[in-house]
Amino acid sequence: MSDLRHDPYDADRPLLMRCACGRHGSEAEHARQLDRDQAVSTLRTRADAMDTTDIEAESNQFVEAALVKALFPQDALRRRFLRAVGRGSAMAAIGSVLPIAPLQAMAQERGALEKKDLKIGFIPITCATPLIMAHPLGFYAKQGLNVEVVKTAGWALIRDKMINKEYDATHFLSPMPLAISLGLGATATPMNVATIQNTNGQAITLAMKHKDRRDPKSWKGFKFAVPFEYSMHNFLLRYYVAEAGLDPDRDIQIRVVPPPEMVANLRAGNIDGFLGPDPFNQRAVFEEAGFIHILSKELWNGHPCCAFGTSTEFIQKHPNTFAALYRAVLTSAAMAREARNRELIAKVIAPQAYLNQPETVIAQVLTGKFADGLGNVRVVPDRADFDPIPWQSMAVWMLTQMKRWGYLKGDVNYRQIAEKVFLLTDAKKQMKALDQAVPDGAYPKFSVMGKTFDPAQPDAYVAGFAIKRA
Amino acid sequence: MTSLNARAALLSLLLFGLLLGIWHLATMNAGAASLATVAAPAMTPEQIEYARLMGKPVPADAGASTSPVTTKSGFPTLAQMGATVVHHLADPFYDKGPNDKGIGLQLAYSLGRVALGYVLAALVAIPLGFAIGMSPLIHRALDPFIQVLKPISPLAWMPLALYTIKDSAASGIFVIFICSVWPMLINTAFGVAGVRKEWLNVARTLEVRPLRRALEVILPAAAPTILTGMRISMGIAWLVIVAAEMLVGGTGIGYFVWNEWNNLSLPNVVFAILVIGLVGMTLDGLFARAQKAVTYAD
Repeated sequence: MSDLRHDPYDADRPLLMRCACGRHGSEAEHARQLDRDQAVSTLRTRADAMDTTDIEAESNQFVEAALVKALFPQDALRRRFLRAVGRGSAMAAIGSVLPIAPLQAMAQERGALEKKDLKIGFIPITCATPLIMAHPLGFYAKQGLNVEVVKTAGWALIRDKMINKEYDATHFLSPMPLAISLGLGATATPMNVATIQNTNGQAITLAMKHKDRRDPKSWKGFKFAVPFEYSMHNFLLRYYVAEAGLDPDRDIQIRVVPPPEMVANLRAGNIDGFLGPDPFNQRAVFEEAGFIHILSKELWNGHPCCAFGTSTEFIQKHPNTFAALYRAVLTSAAMAREARNRELIAKVIAPQAYLNQPETVIAQVLTGKFADGLGNVRVVPDRADFDPIPWQSMAVWMLTQMKRWGYLKGDVNYRQIAEKVFLLTDAKKQMKALDQAVPDGAYPKFSVMGKTFDPAQPDAYVAGFAIKRA
Repeated sequence: MTSLNARAALLSLLLFGLLLGIWHLATMNAGAASLATVAAPAMTPEQIEYARLMGKPVPADAGASTSPVTTKSGFPTLAQMGATVVHHLADPFYDKGPNDKGIGLQLAYSLGRVALGYVLAALVAIPLGFAIGMSPLIHRALDPFIQVLKPISPLAWMPLALYTIKDSAASGIFVIFICSVWPMLINTAFGVAGVRKEWLNVARTLEVRPLRRALEVILPAAAPTILTGMRISMGIAWLVIVAAEMLVGGTGIGYFVWNEWNNLSLPNVVFAILVIGLVGMTLDGLFARAQKAVTYAD
C-alpha cells in the first residue's frame, strides 16, 4: 500500500511524480511499457523469421523451373542438355533468350492496393487476438495498409457499422455473416467470412452459489447470458442444455448481454451463468464472482467462434486490399497458434487500447494454465486456439442449429449458403502464398458432445434431435 | 447575508468531510483484508500457484511484485482514488490511437458532440417556438406531436437513428438534438405566448412591423423563459451524451466509462462520474449567468 517512491522525506531519492523518462504517470507504468515494448519486438523478430525471403526465393525458383520445363518438356532431354553445357552456361543461355527476371517479378508483384486507410472493428475479447495483435506488431503496416482497429460496444453495433460501411472489415461472430447474408435480424447484405479468428476459447461460467449444482439437469429456471443471438455461444449453450433434457426456450432463460457486462451481472446475481467469450470467463474467476463449469472445448474440440470478415461488396471493389488484409491476419493467426508466443501476446493485447484487462487474466486464457475458480489450477494448452480455416462444414452446422431453433424457416440449401459465405478457397490460396500448411477438403466431419455431425446430411441431423423448434 | 453564505460553505465542507469519512471507513476493510492474507500460514505450492493466478498476494514473492492487488476490482479506497485522479490529470491530452485517449480529449469529443446537437436543436426550437407561441392555430395543431415525442427516451431513438441515418457519429448527434429540442421549444412557445398584451398593443399602435415586433418586443420579453428552456435542454443534452456514447462507442466520456466498466475498474468509473458532474455543473453555471443577464424586473 505504501508507495515509497513518492516519499517526500527520502533524502536518497529524487521526488518523482512521474517516471524517469517523463512520459508515464509512474515508475510502475514505465516498467510495464518497457516490458510491453520488449514483447512487441520479440514477437516481431519471430514473425520476420517466419516468412519473406525464403518464400520469395522459392517462388523465383518455381518460375524458373516452369520456364525450363516449357523449354524441355521431356526431363531426359533437359538433363542431357545440362550435362553437355554445364549448369552455369545453361542458366546464362536460357536467361538471354527468355525474360526470366521480369516474369519472376510479375509473380512476386502484388496488385496495387485500392484502399490503404482501413477501419476494422473489434469486440474486446481474446477471440479477436489475431486481428488485434496484427496492429501493434505491424503486420498490417507490412502489407502497406494503414489500419485503425476500433473497439466497438456490442455485436449489434458491429452489424450496423458493417452494413453502413463505417468499417471496412471486422471481427464477427462466425454465424453473423450467415445471418446477415440471409437477412436474419438485419437487412440482407452479402457478407463473407474470410478466416475463422479463433477456435475453442469459450466456457460456461456459473455463479459461485451454484458450486454444487454442476449437473445441467438441475438447471431448470436458470438465467443465462450469451453475447448475441447469432453466436456459437447461443448455439452451444442450447445444444448443451438440450442434451441434458432441458428445453432452452422454456426451461431456462437465455438473454443477450454484451460480454463486458456479463461479469458485473453475474456478481449482481442478475444471471446464474453465461456461455461467454474469454477473457470474461477468466475475469469472473479472477473477481471471485464465478467458476468455470466447462470449457467449450469439452463440448466440441476445435469449434469455431469468431470470424474475420467483410462485405462481399468490399471484396469486389478492393480485391488487392482484401488479399493484403488476408495475409496480415493469417500471419497473425500463425503466430498466435504457437504456444511459445502466447505469453508475449498477452502482454501486447492487454493494455487499455485493446482488451483493457489485467495481463494475468489474458495470459491464463492464452497459455491455458488457469485457475478454475474452485481452487484448482488446470492446464489445458488448447483452451484457446486460432485455427483460421473456414471449413464449410462448420457453416453447415451453424445453419442446422439456426434451423433447429427456428431462426431459419423453410427449406435451406445448406451447401450453397456455406460456400457463398465461407471463403474457404481464398483462405487456402492465401495460406499457400504465405507458405503455411493447408489441409485438404472442405467438409470435414466432426463430433459435438460425442455425436458425429455429417455435413452431407444436414436435414437428417436436425431431424435427429429430440428437442427442437423446427 | 455574508454570514449565511459562510455558514452554508462551512456546512458543505462538513458534509464533504463526512462523505469522505464514510467512504474511508467503508473501504478500509478491503485494504486490511488483503494485508491479512499475506500473513496467512504457509501454503502448499499448488495453493500458491492458484493464489498467484487469482491475483492475490503470495508470501513467497511479496517483495518482488505487489502490484496484482491493485488490479483487482472493487470499490477504491480514498488513496487509490486520489492516485487515479492524479494519474488522469497528470496527462489529460495524450493520444495513443483510436482506443486510448486522455480524459481531456475524451471530454472535448463529448462537448463537441453536445454543442453540435444542441446548436441544431436551438436553431429549430427557437423559431418554431416563436411560431407556436404567436399562433394559437399552430399551437393546437402541433401540440399532439410534441406531447407524444417529448417523453421518448434518448436510447429508444438510437436503433432507429442508426438504421436510417446509417452513420453512428451522426446518430449520436441526432439523439442529442431530438432530446434537447423539446424543453427549448415548449419554453419558447410559453414565453412568447405570455408576453404582456399591453406591450403588444403598444407595438401595434406604433405600427411596428412584424419582424421588428418579434425581435425588439417579444424576444426581450420572452428571453428569461427561453433561457430557462435552454438551460434545461443543456442539462438533458449532457445527460444523454454519456448514454449515447456508451452505446455508440469510439470516443467521448461515455465511451471512457464503458471502456473502464469493461475492465471493471471502479476508480476510473468514479473518476469519470466526478468529471461528468463537474462539467455539467460548469455548463449549468454558464447558463445561469446568461439567464441573469436577460432577466428584467417588471
